[in-house]
Amino acid sequence: MKPTAERHQLQVSDLHAFYGESHILHGVDLVVGRGELVTLLGRNGAGRTTTLRAIMNLVGRRTGSILVNGNETIGMPAHQIPRLGVGYCPEERGIFASLSVEENLLLPPTVRSGGMGLDELYEMFPNLYERRFSQGTRLSGGEQQMLAMARILRTGANLLLLDEITEGLAPVIVQKLGEVLIKLKQRGLTIVLVEQNFRFAAPLADRHYVMEHGRIIEEIKAADLDARKDFLNRCLGV
Amino acid sequence: MTLVFGVPLSVLLGQLLLGLINGSFYALLSLGLAIIFGLLRIINFAHGAQYMLGAFAAFLGLNYLGVNYWAALLLSPLLIGLLGMAIERGLLRRIAGEDHLYGLLLTFGLALIVEGSFVKLFGVSGSSYPMPEALKGGYNLGFMFLPTYRAWVIVAALLVCFATWYMIERTRLGSYLRAGTENPKLMQAFGINVPLLVTLTYGYGVALAAFAGVLAAPIYAVTPGMGANLLIVVFAVVVIGGMGSIMGAIITGLAMGLIEGLTKVFYPEAANTVIFVIMVLVLLVRPAGLFGKEA
Repeated sequence: MKPTAERHQLQVSDLHAFYGESHILHGVDLVVGRGELVTLLGRNGAGRTTTLRAIMNLVGRRTGSILVNGNETIGMPAHQIPRLGVGYCPEERGIFASLSVEENLLLPPTVRSGGMGLDELYEMFPNLYERRFSQGTRLSGGEQQMLAMARILRTGANLLLLDEITEGLAPVIVQKLGEVLIKLKQRGLTIVLVEQNFRFAAPLADRHYVMEHGRIIEEIKAADLDARKDFLNRCLGV
Repeated sequence: MTLVFGVPLSVLLGQLLLGLINGSFYALLSLGLAIIFGLLRIINFAHGAQYMLGAFAAFLGLNYLGVNYWAALLLSPLLIGLLGMAIERGLLRRIAGEDHLYGLLLTFGLALIVEGSFVKLFGVSGSSYPMPEALKGGYNLGFMFLPTYRAWVIVAALLVCFATWYMIERTRLGSYLRAGTENPKLMQAFGINVPLLVTLTYGYGVALAAFAGVLAAPIYAVTPGMGANLLIVVFAVVVIGGMGSIMGAIITGLAMGLIEGLTKVFYPEAANTVIFVIMVLVLLVRPAGLFGKEA
């Protein structure tokens, strides 16, 4: 990997994404600095999940530019992108049924040094330790979510793309995930959070991007959040 | 003489042994098919031709290059496995993600071309492969005679089957294969080179078929049609066991061989059809197969 003086961990410019004939993203521009926690807000279908999937090259076709740690990835095969230090936690969590909890945890190859060890992860998520020999999909929804998070923390990825990690989970687990995110931020990890639960995301994030119809329509700093409350409520339809 | 249900014990055991040997071949071949189907979602109709190629590689190697049986047991699967990888890279990859029918037609067509060419080159009657010296003869167990080579076939097939099972179910590489079978896209998002995994998996499945072909060479005639005849039964075995289950393929293969052997003793007329009757019954009761997961 070539060294880069860039401060930006992720820089997306004029990103278009297509599923077959459907044009989903219409020129997304966003920038995420090192150690920042940024959210993508918007209604269902605004293109937030597709933005993350496009960064991982999991959509049909994509054009524009996506720099990860200063490396252009638009022409890269999907399996090389994680090796730049990107960890992806998909909306459906993607726990493998044919693998045990521990096998799920050990599955993604290490992409950078400095990932968390198995002991450290089990300390952070004690439930996973207790159930490490269970089939991955026998876990509760909350435990599966923790497994999906823990899995990418082991690899040393320093840019995490997290898609709807609180969806459908009990408040106590959502709170636990919030604590985990704060810890990860303290460790200097960069996080892009797609989140429906605005009250979960608001106190954690440094900045928010608001998406609509496959575009970023607004960027809001954490400090300006109160002043823009009305605008947000209108955009998110809550 | 001891009789079991009116049949001499030695006849019964003899047929069971034959059944176990057939079962070993069923297990090796259906295992390869199951692995390939699991990751590639392709029903590999070229499997019989690849089994035949394995036997022919051993036969030609011996006659033209002086490669002995033991070396052929290693080299033939390697060679045919590499050929399989080339087929995956050059042909199968292009139809990945399309309907099952395309893969089925493509591999079936390949099998016809290969088998047809071999008939043209070597004729239909086939040739015999000499039994390796060390495996000639046999043991008199008192109640029956056990030919050494047949015992070796069972041991070698079981070893390879269980080593494969262990590799898939208990190792890191195997966890990639299992996970890739479930969700190849997500595997890419973890940085795993899934296209390479697919190539290697197809190569390994093909190598298993070639290995079975070398094992078969000294006991069956080496003919261009040897695989096509066997493959029909093997597909029935796979349907009974359930596509995509590793242990299911091994156990069903052995069990069907034994059942076939028993049928030869008690009702020989049905010996060639019993597996298909079982297939029909299984499909009626458990459409996904005995070990398959309901879709």
